Amino acid sequence: MAKMMVSPMQCQMGLPSKLVQGKPLLTSKMWNSLLLNAQKPKTKRGISTFKVLAARSENGIVPRLEDLLNLDTKPFTDKVIAEYIWIGGTGIDIRSKSRTISRPVEHPSELPKWNYDGSSTGQAPGEDSEVILYPQAIFKDPFRGGNNILVICDSYTPSGEPIPTNKRHRAAQIFSDQKVIDEVPWFGIEQEYTLLQTDVKWPLGWPVGGYPGPQGPYYCAVGADKSFGRDISDAHYKACLYAGINISGTNGEVMPGQWEYQVGPSVGIEAGDHIWCSRYILERITEQAGVVLTLDPKPIEGDWNGAGCHTNYSTKSMREEGGYEVIKKAILNLSLRHKDHISAYGEGNERRLTGKHETASINTFSWGVANRGCSIRVGRDTEKQGKGYLEDRRPASNMDPYVVTSLLAETTLLWQPTLEAEARAAKELQLQV
Amino acid sequence: MSLLTDLINLNLSDSTEKIIAEYIWIGGSGMDMRSKARTLPGPVTDPSKLPKWNYDGSSTGQAPGEDSEVILYPQAIFKDPFRRGNNILVMCDCYTPAGEPIPTNKRFNAAKIFSHPDVAAEEPWYGLEQEYTLLQKDVKWPLGWPVGGFPGPQGPYYCAAGADKAFGRDIVDSHYKACLYAGINVSGINGEVMPGQWEFQVGPTVGISAGDELWVARYILERITEIAGVVLTFDPKPIPGDWNGAGAHTNYSTKSMRNDGGYEIIKKAIEKLGKRHKEHISAYGEGNERRLTGRHETADINTFSWGVANRGASIRVGRETEKNGKGYFEDRRPASNMDPYVVTSMIAETTILWNP
Repeated sequence: MAKMMVSPMQCQMGLPSKLVQGKPLLTSKMWNSLLLNAQKPKTKRGISTFKVLAARSENGIVPRLEDLLNLDTKPFTDKVIAEYIWIGGTGIDIRSKSRTISRPVEHPSELPKWNYDGSSTGQAPGEDSEVILYPQAIFKDPFRGGNNILVICDSYTPSGEPIPTNKRHRAAQIFSDQKVIDEVPWFGIEQEYTLLQTDVKWPLGWPVGGYPGPQGPYYCAVGADKSFGRDISDAHYKACLYAGINISGTNGEVMPGQWEYQVGPSVGIEAGDHIWCSRYILERITEQAGVVLTLDPKPIEGDWNGAGCHTNYSTKSMREEGGYEVIKKAILNLSLRHKDHISAYGEGNERRLTGKHETASINTFSWGVANRGCSIRVGRDTEKQGKGYLEDRRPASNMDPYVVTSLLAETTLLWQPTLEAEARAAKELQLQV
Repeated sequence: MSLLTDLINLNLSDSTEKIIAEYIWIGGSGMDMRSKARTLPGPVTDPSKLPKWNYDGSSTGQAPGEDSEVILYPQAIFKDPFRRGNNILVMCDCYTPAGEPIPTNKRFNAAKIFSHPDVAAEEPWYGLEQEYTLLQKDVKWPLGWPVGGFPGPQGPYYCAAGADKAFGRDIVDSHYKACLYAGINVSGINGEVMPGQWEFQVGPTVGISAGDELWVARYILERITEIAGVVLTFDPKPIPGDWNGAGAHTNYSTKSMRNDGGYEIIKKAIEKLGKRHKEHISAYGEGNERRLTGRHETADINTFSWGVANRGASIRVGRETEKNGKGYFEDRRPASNMDPYVVTSMIAETTILWNP
């Protein structure tokens, strides 16, 4: 049973057949937890056929799609395929389509603007449907290889105005303010995400109709009973490195089936571009694996961790001698704009920020050194050296990085509270600034 | 199994000069593609150097049994992405032994129109957006749809990624590279509004090549779905109800339209098309009346309309074209199962040669 099941699974992971002779990569238990109905593979096949493209087909034809997918087009043409990527009408759905470019390009400004049907993404009415795509960042395409590229774009009306869901435009404005440029803002973003079984939308590795053992054994663990979907996390890691994304690490999370990766340190607007491209690559990988990706901040109610997008932040002044005072002043500013930040930190965050499960309550602003139950956490190293960075633990996993990073920069570098407000907050937080 | 793979991928260039040519033609329904292969003594790049061939027309509904030979005239050569090396795909059209085009041969008339001096002088460009739907084998239900049920309503699927939103991307991506390899002018792909539906675009191509390239791209797509064990359909409305149909929007421009003052030429052309709406519609694909309802980004089949950036009109003009005063327009009426030879030549004929 295990051996028969392994071939389609191994194809989903894109592994060559030679690897799996005799030594299944997944136990039957893991496989069963992925299938809706393990006893009747035949009925599942109708839906799964598309997942087993290159492994087998019934009409005796040797699978050759992989050859075509991996075809290196460089020897016979200069043409390059560019996958234009943009954010759709919900603010969290990622869309893309490709076009042929006559030769390789280095800079986004060399790429043509394009357009798409905004009426199909909830971003324009049917009788005036064109939304214009402006290319903003280029990454190498880890799926097509060669000189083919992924292009992160943002969306505009035909007259050149950013459409309402285009959050990058405003962020770019903030990051081009001279005060912000001078402070060289660095961001390290910790993207958490949960993997779900297709068709049942229950987390990967969880028994359908039930629950796994309580949290404890799963954080950074190994083992078929503790770690579900590592191949997705690992494939994503290498794909991002290939693409040129600034991915700095990965780990298994506290809730089983939940993972995290970090992107950074990135300067200014790059943080947003790199996170969005990494999310796109992750969704393409889960698509191939036949697993559903969710960025919901609290996928399972009850005694299970939510998913966040902790944002580490520092400016030049924070990183230099005396930086700790600058950090405290920044935290003070943030405390006075708590409501504005929270409302921009992701839909559904109130289900996650309960004050339990390593979060701070959504209505209270707090900070502390090494304290994971606070809104803002400052590392012990930073306190000891008197300089470093801060971690904003409030953003949800479905936050828009353009919004969060630019808001952090705006509140700490461009916004000033009134003196009375500042003094009051300093007293409440016990901060001498 | 591995011996079969080795044999299929065998590179013959080391052992022989001979090449394999796959002759492709359109069968009796006007939509079924047929092909068979023959060996040629050496590499060929010019279709006129290829030998004519013939096939059994009585097996494709194109000739009676007692006089069954239909002659194949090679018209266009492309590189074979399945056999690689110097092997080729050859797009052909069909004639009686006496040299007359058989009734299902639409290329012949199209070639006549495109060689008319007035048409040739205008250098007609075409960009064809071919939509298609993938079905699960045996049940003929769209790929990714639960058998016996329906997926969530349209909205999340257009250009999306994710195992719950995009079904069959490997087919689409391998088709893209295979067509680039073959030398087809494929300009892009995207996932469509209905789940399991996709689109690729071929163009800009001049005159008769538009038809040749689209037919060979369709052939390559069907070969790929064959490998994948998935069924391809070009039906214009595969699932009735609140699900998008599949079209083959045809973008068109002439030299005058692309030059300064082109916008006026475009408006005149659209006017002429409006006067021949019924003739065009009858040639734009079987079953189109199930698709052109006026909903799901179509215009009603009985009404002719046009508008800038309006996806609910028969003809759509892009905002860029309106702004620059020149460019192209998009005929949104053709169904996904249209014959590109017919549609491209008819648009050229109506806008350049015909006068009301």
